[in-house]
Amino acid sequence: MAYSEKVLDHYKNPRNVGSFAADEENVGTGLVGAPECGDVMKLQLKINDRGIIEDARFKTFGCGSAIASSSYATELVKGKTVDEAFALKNTKIVQDLALPPVKIHCSVLAEEAIKAAVRDWKRRKGLPDEPEAKAKTPAEKPVNA
Amino acid sequence: MKLPIYFDNHATTPVDPRVLEAMLPYFMEKFGNAASRSHSFGHVAEAAVDEAREKIGALIGAPSKAIVFTSGATESDNLAIKGVAEFYRERGDHIITQRTEHKAVLDTCKELERRGFQVTYLPVDRYGIIDLDALREAITPRTIVVTIMLANNEIGTIQPIAQIGAITRERGIIFHTDATQGVGKLPVNVDETGVDLLSMSAHKIYGPKGVGALYVRNKNPRVRLSPEMHGGGHERGMRSGTLNVTGIVGFGKACEICMSEMAEEEVRLRRLRDRLHQGIAERVDEVYLNGHPEKRLAGNLNLSFAYVEGESLLMGLSEIALSSGSACTSATLEPSYVLKAIGVGEELAHTSLRFGLGRFNTAEEVEYVIGRVEQEVRRLREMSPLYDMAKAGVDVKSMTWAHG
Repeated sequence: MAYSEKVLDHYKNPRNVGSFAADEENVGTGLVGAPECGDVMKLQLKINDRGIIEDARFKTFGCGSAIASSSYATELVKGKTVDEAFALKNTKIVQDLALPPVKIHCSVLAEEAIKAAVRDWKRRKGLPDEPEAKAKTPAEKPVNA
Repeated sequence: MKLPIYFDNHATTPVDPRVLEAMLPYFMEKFGNAASRSHSFGHVAEAAVDEAREKIGALIGAPSKAIVFTSGATESDNLAIKGVAEFYRERGDHIITQRTEHKAVLDTCKELERRGFQVTYLPVDRYGIIDLDALREAITPRTIVVTIMLANNEIGTIQPIAQIGAITRERGIIFHTDATQGVGKLPVNVDETGVDLLSMSAHKIYGPKGVGALYVRNKNPRVRLSPEMHGGGHERGMRSGTLNVTGIVGFGKACEICMSEMAEEEVRLRRLRDRLHQGIAERVDEVYLNGHPEKRLAGNLNLSFAYVEGESLLMGLSEIALSSGSACTSATLEPSYVLKAIGVGEELAHTSLRFGLGRFNTAEEVEYVIGRVEQEVRRLREMSPLYDMAKAGVDVKSMTWAHG
């Protein structure tokens, strides 16, 4: 299994690795996966009062594709509203990183991490979950996989 | 020192130049079929095969006539276990093996279960060694064969073959060992260890791929088998098919080289391997050895790096050829069953790396790899949420996780 150039790039030059300070307000944290599965992603979103994602950070325990998926996710969400981020599909990550079929689940986990971070932020702000119900669709596999 | 570096000698080995040289004449000049009795082309090929048989037998203390050529150790394992099971079916239908065997043995046993045989898969201790009392207890009046590998391909652990052989001898049970990883690396003698069947492969000992052998004891007692391959009756009816003369010549030469260089090579590899281990352990914390610290192949090192997943580490070390027990590196997304059998927890199983040093590896390469492993483990730990949690004193195991 040769690694795609894009996946390698995210590994060698990861974007937004790290964590926001624990006392930062306006941060939603999503922690998904499980060590027994070999995949754990922590994704943090710094969201302003207008609900726009200003910054993001990630840390991942997982294979190259998992690291690349979560790294790419932090790039994708910046500048988006929380609802737009929530609606992001794993298929976009699969396509843009050219993930092989056996690694699709890594992109699914990244999608879950974004959603978990948004939910966490909403909970902290006391905001309702309602817009999520509209955005919720099952994770898809891309047609040409 | 050239890149990429090859530290995966348990998967396969490069052909030794001396082996290649020995093989070459048999491609274009001495190309006869060893079974062609009627002309010199055949006689020359046959003579070369006989010479190889002697060399291979010598490496394991067996007479040349007890060597059966196959396409590799997988075929040898299939032939040994299925062959004995079918031939001695009247005598019994129970087979004993253990959980860290190579798939060639385990899947063969599974197939025999489908055919109505009973198989006991003995557990192993945390180093990968079977318990001899458990073996004794597992034997029943219906047991016909015990199959236990000499040395494990993932964790390098060496089984107590002589003691197993003593038990099977006493109970009149056939003993097969998959010696693929051990032959040519440590001394093996089939008479001294009570081994009745032994699988071996050329490409693990600097010979070509596509050829192996099965030692089949010819006396005290004589072991019979049902063949898997039917046809011209080659190899005394045990394995039909035109012999891979070039491969066999190479195999013989590879064994001859091992015979003369094995002792020195073992010392050299052990020194390199120990330096690799020490160098890494000095610079990186929370590194755990998988397998037995002493009873292991001299060139093998299998380490778990906590909080760092194996496939990402392999990707970071892309100019170094290694393998990992991580699920992400397997086609089936299952982590190493060998690590599981020795009780390595799943989080650590995903973090394992296997190093397999061999004849052509150097001290310079070892130093380079030590430095690179340290670099990539540090980088990945910086990226790891589990490392953060561990540093903060969070007990990762006690957390409930939202599954992806």
